[in-house]
Amino acid sequence: MVDVAIQPNSVPGARSTRKRASLRTAMKRKSTSAFLMTLPLILLILILVIYPAFYSLHLATLNKSMQRFVGLGNFEFLFKRETFWLVVKQSCIFALSAVFFKALIGFIVAHFVHNIPAKGQRKWRGMLLVPWVIPPAMSTLAWLWLFDPSYSAFNYTLAFFGIGPIPWTGDAYWARFSVILVNVWFGAPFFMIMYLASLKSVPEQLYEAAAIDGANWWQRIWYVTLPMMRNIIAITTLFSLIVTFANFDIVRILTAGGPLDHTHLFATWAFRLGIEGGDIPLGASVSLFMFPILAIAAIFILRDINKRGNEA
Amino acid sequence: MTSTVVIDKAAPTRHVNYGSMSRDRTWALRWSYFFLTLFAIFSLVPPLYMLITSLKSSAEISAATNPWWVFHPTLANYAELLGSNQYLRFFLNSAMVSVFVVTITMLISVPAAFALSRMRFWGSATLATGVFLTYLIPDTLLFLPLFKMFAVFHDWTGIQLINRWYVLLIVYPTLTVPFCTWIMIGYFASIPKELDEAAIIDGASWFQTLTRIFIPVALPGLIAATIFAFTVSWAQFLYPLVFTTSTDQLVLPVGIITTLIKGDVFNWGQIMTGALLGAAPPLIIYAFLMDYYIAGLTAGATKG
Repeated sequence: MVDVAIQPNSVPGARSTRKRASLRTAMKRKSTSAFLMTLPLILLILILVIYPAFYSLHLATLNKSMQRFVGLGNFEFLFKRETFWLVVKQSCIFALSAVFFKALIGFIVAHFVHNIPAKGQRKWRGMLLVPWVIPPAMSTLAWLWLFDPSYSAFNYTLAFFGIGPIPWTGDAYWARFSVILVNVWFGAPFFMIMYLASLKSVPEQLYEAAAIDGANWWQRIWYVTLPMMRNIIAITTLFSLIVTFANFDIVRILTAGGPLDHTHLFATWAFRLGIEGGDIPLGASVSLFMFPILAIAAIFILRDINKRGNEA
Repeated sequence: MTSTVVIDKAAPTRHVNYGSMSRDRTWALRWSYFFLTLFAIFSLVPPLYMLITSLKSSAEISAATNPWWVFHPTLANYAELLGSNQYLRFFLNSAMVSVFVVTITMLISVPAAFALSRMRFWGSATLATGVFLTYLIPDTLLFLPLFKMFAVFHDWTGIQLINRWYVLLIVYPTLTVPFCTWIMIGYFASIPKELDEAAIIDGASWFQTLTRIFIPVALPGLIAATIFAFTVSWAQFLYPLVFTTSTDQLVLPVGIITTLIKGDVFNWGQIMTGALLGAAPPLIIYAFLMDYYIAGLTAGATKG
């Protein structure tokens, strides 16, 4: 019934003897026009995403002047360098701890926003989402100024409590802390919004039933809220893990990888080697190490999409 | 009948008797407000500090007085930046790039989302999933091969793309199109089939179905996608840093960082002013269209 209605062109008379009409019929056919409508999208993805991704695999096997094939030479070189292992370690510490704190703070704040009367929620949500709205390059400049070695507003405030000047970006460990802090500041609102949306979709009856059964607030969270939010927590964490692993802006502006490469991530180090150092193949080899985390994420997401498809 | 009336009447009186429960509630509410205030301060300190610093003169900044207060407010930083051709050039470049990228994104992703959500063809389901997966490939993985590709392209055709602002029109859609297509698929799929069937029965072509039915009905989604595309292209930092270098080709984020920081001299008053003005367009959009903004943010993970 539906198909008949949708394809008005497939009347028997259309396939007449005239040859020129066949092109026009093909144009009018549903699948052809649908394909033409998606063609720009397909071309964009093929030329500017898929091709470069494979091209970087090829680039990683060339020497610095990109004229000679060196096989896995770039990787051998990287594995022998201490800085590379430092970058691997830092990327993992950075991504895992930043995502953990973003998720934790987002969860807590979402609960507080959910707790207060619905009338005031909009105002609070509006204020708490501001870090996510400001372009990270701009807000990181503000943090850089707050962390300034001689005029740090934080150190000025902390001095009242007798806490000595903290070398926010000067010392390796403090610099790692600062970079993670800025990332958490920037990313926590995203988790908050996602969790808030999913908190609102948990049916109130479940909490009432739990309260009648004598559950305390911790049991309500553990046995009702968390299971209901499991999907959204998983997918948000996965997204954030990818984005945080590939982070560039914050580290680049705040420390530029320093002091002594102790805050470099894959992305910033690849930029340093590839663009500033002029060794594109080596930079491409470094950036390829972001690929495993992507592949793992892709597997999980594909499984999730298939599952949803089967349920529907 | 009477029994229900009795129960209805009893409910409020019983509720009032539980004084301790409502007292618990009040305390929970107070704690919520207390912690929300703390988190709001944490969120708003950097932008407020931008504003505070932007109102100070360089003399006051280097005098090391209380950094959290402005003793002699001045608009000199704003006047100087808005009077400098260079800064206005950055602003103009950013605006041009963002507007063009939003247009290109919508022209590509709306028809594609329409086709993928309504007109099933060979491989359309795979393509929809593929679109989403490309959204996950980060810019930091692609900037080096793209840089090399544009250099090779120059060797072949003689068309120089690197260090031209319009190169950003080619690379930014890779960040915006997959996500916008994905959320538009979600919005289009939620439109009842009866609507477009009715249109087809009335003799509308596919194009008319799209422009007369789908776009008006899915307008909130369209606005959310537009806002997303605009904020992404306004905030993007890595691609302009890699692909553009001369000062007349730079966009705002890179421009502020490369020109206002001269060597080791940080003119913080101007840097903060520049950053605040650069953050203003997304903030203004957010202030007026917060619900659409949030819809776009949550649509990516909840729809589809």
